[in-house]
Amino acid sequence: MTTTTAQFRERATIALEDVRLQQALDGATGRFATARQAALAAIPWADELRDHFKAIRAATLANLAEHLQTFERQATAVGTHVHWAQDGAEACAIVTEIAQRHGVTLATKSKSMATEEIHLNAALAKAGVRPVETDLGEWIIQLAEEPPSHIIAPAIHKTKEQVAELFERESGRPQSAADIPALTAEARRMLREQFLAAGMGISGGNLAVAETGSVVLVTNEGNGRMVTTAPRVHVAIIGIEKIAPTWDDAAVWLSLLARSATGQPMSIYTTVITGPKRTAALDGLPDPDGPEEVHVVLLDNGRSPLVGSKYEEVLQCIRCGACLNVCPVYREAGGHAYGSPYSGPIGAVISPLLFGLDKYPALPHASSLCGACQDVCPARIDLPRMLLELRADLVTQGIAHGSEAVLEGSVSLAMRSERVWALLMGMGRVGQRPLLKNGKLALPERFNPGGERPLPALAKKSFHDLWRDGEV
Amino acid sequence: MTANRIALFVTCMVDQIMPEIGVATTRLLRRAGFTVEFPMAQTCCGQPFFNSGFRAQALPLAQRTIEILEPYEAIVIPGGSCTGMIRVEYPHLLQDNPRWYYAARRLAAKTFELSEFLCKLESDDWRQSTANCQETVTYHDSCHMNRILGLHDEPRRLLQAVGYTIAEMEEADRCCGFGGVFSIRLPEVSNAMTAEKLRQGRATSATTLITADPGCLMQMRGMRRNDDTIQIKHLAVALEEAITGKPWSME
Ligand code: SF4
Repeated sequence: MTTTTAQFRERATIALEDVRLQQALDGATGRFATARQAALAAIPWADELRDHFKAIRAATLANLAEHLQTFERQATAVGTHVHWAQDGAEACAIVTEIAQRHGVTLATKSKSMATEEIHLNAALAKAGVRPVETDLGEWIIQLAEEPPSHIIAPAIHKTKEQVAELFERESGRPQSAADIPALTAEARRMLREQFLAAGMGISGGNLAVAETGSVVLVTNEGNGRMVTTAPRVHVAIIGIEKIAPTWDDAAVWLSLLARSATGQPMSIYTTVITGPKRTAALDGLPDPDGPEEVHVVLLDNGRSPLVGSKYEEVLQCIRCGACLNVCPVYREAGGHAYGSPYSGPIGAVISPLLFGLDKYPALPHASSLCGACQDVCPARIDLPRMLLELRADLVTQGIAHGSEAVLEGSVSLAMRSERVWALLMGMGRVGQRPLLKNGKLALPERFNPGGERPLPALAKKSFHDLWRDGEV
Repeated sequence: MTANRIALFVTCMVDQIMPEIGVATTRLLRRAGFTVEFPMAQTCCGQPFFNSGFRAQALPLAQRTIEILEPYEAIVIPGGSCTGMIRVEYPHLLQDNPRWYYAARRLAAKTFELSEFLCKLESDDWRQSTANCQETVTYHDSCHMNRILGLHDEPRRLLQAVGYTIAEMEEADRCCGFGGVFSIRLPEVSNAMTAEKLRQGRATSATTLITADPGCLMQMRGMRRNDDTIQIKHLAVALEEAITGKPWSME
């Protein structure tokens, strides 16, 4: 995928013209944002908690290698197989190899942005393993063969009518969009068969706790538990930055995650996975359950170069989606405009960083730099600052358009002399005349689609002129 | 706040497109008893270049702006975004050169957005008026003014002090869609953002939407229809109108 300015405009225009999508976007993001605000207002010291969390995240990243090694040691000690994947291809190879070794042909999945990032589903399918998403939203977009459009609500762009249609196709039975409980019951019925038949469960991980070698999963539908306990093999894929050194740190993390994401004090299910199922002898339990094998794939995929760089702060992100819900650009353009599994402000920053600035040159500019994202981020990540840095990188790496550089260069040069600038503007006052319509400048369609927003004309006299002529 | 030599930095947008905002600002400052100076060498603070990633092009403009404004005791700007550029971004942009960095820091400490400056004055004689302002207005928080400078209450306090009633929008602090070059780069999204802002403005009982930033003003005026139910004005103009009791005039 790539996202140039033309592509962003094209995709955003599709979203802007889709009335139902606009309603769905407005409704869902508004509800999330309001719920988040209420949830944080309801706890004392919410601001201090966020400061504390930021400090935890910064300190963790400062010693990331050490915490990852602790995690590996502790996880290995409880019987988990830990793998390191430098990039997406390596991660996909690790997972498909495990699947093939166990003769798996069907794998259930719980929601994971990391697997979206590395296109694991396509890799599995190619290796003869059918992946089935079990998070309702993820399953809907899997059936629709579309990418997610929100970090925590991947099918935010789908209406219930569209969902009913997809379910009808999948189940071969008529479905009614008017009856949402019936639709979810149908989903449950169809997915239950998959849970029982799957040879492998694949999940992401909201965080990994180093001191006990545990993986923590946060879900609302309970599908995460089915995925990680029913099949014989469980594989979790986690970005290397999602590590909490201790359970004290994890507690702060969890107290902010659901509140920031959906406004819930906690998600319905918080699942902690510490190794495969124990033997009866070890635990003294009559009938221990859980998978026989647990694998954790620690995914780098462009993250480690950010450590120690001017972008390190962005690794503090916990993918709560709060920044999307308050972003005025995301709320109009929708998630697909970004052309990346990660959309909104955080997507505009990490997509170029993880997948290449040359592939996503439009994203650093897909922001008015309003700063609403930083206001709500649980880790207070300075996303506008990161966008500014990326814009500067676009220029220094020569990715920015040549004609733009010429324009910026010459205007800046003219502005270095008040006389040259005044002369140029004086010429503009004369030159603008043929372009004026009702006293306003009508720019070409490309800059002013539909003629919706004409620019004001240059004033008859500049403030400089007024001052010089004693008219102020 | 007492300062003898105060300089007006009008911003390039006010200078060339909306000079009346500069005139209104000057009148307000004179009412407060200041001798306002206008350093004629000023052009642009460099923000458009900086925000587009063209730092090498922003740098000389920042340096010359510092040199031009250095001699004054206080600098007043009728716009939060350019004030934010000078106060927050200049030191950042010039951090590698100690001499310039400290010059930037010194300038930052004496540069104020208009409403911020007026709220710091000890006396409020400047706004005494016999006019009886009855209008209900709504105030749009410009993003940089609100989030970079933390100026949220100041403009509202002034508007109320001169007699306006404020009817708040659903999301007064939601971006108007301008964002500088953003508005030209992604005009469809930008326009949709502005349409939403204006919708919220019209939904209040206010007859005028007020902003303290020339950029937001230009953006919102651009999307305003000729028969619109809501006017869009700059804070300085609105304050002048309430104090004089007359519609704005350059005379
Ligand atoms: S950047 Fe902050 S607000 Fe956005 S998803 Fe990450 S943690 Fe959440």
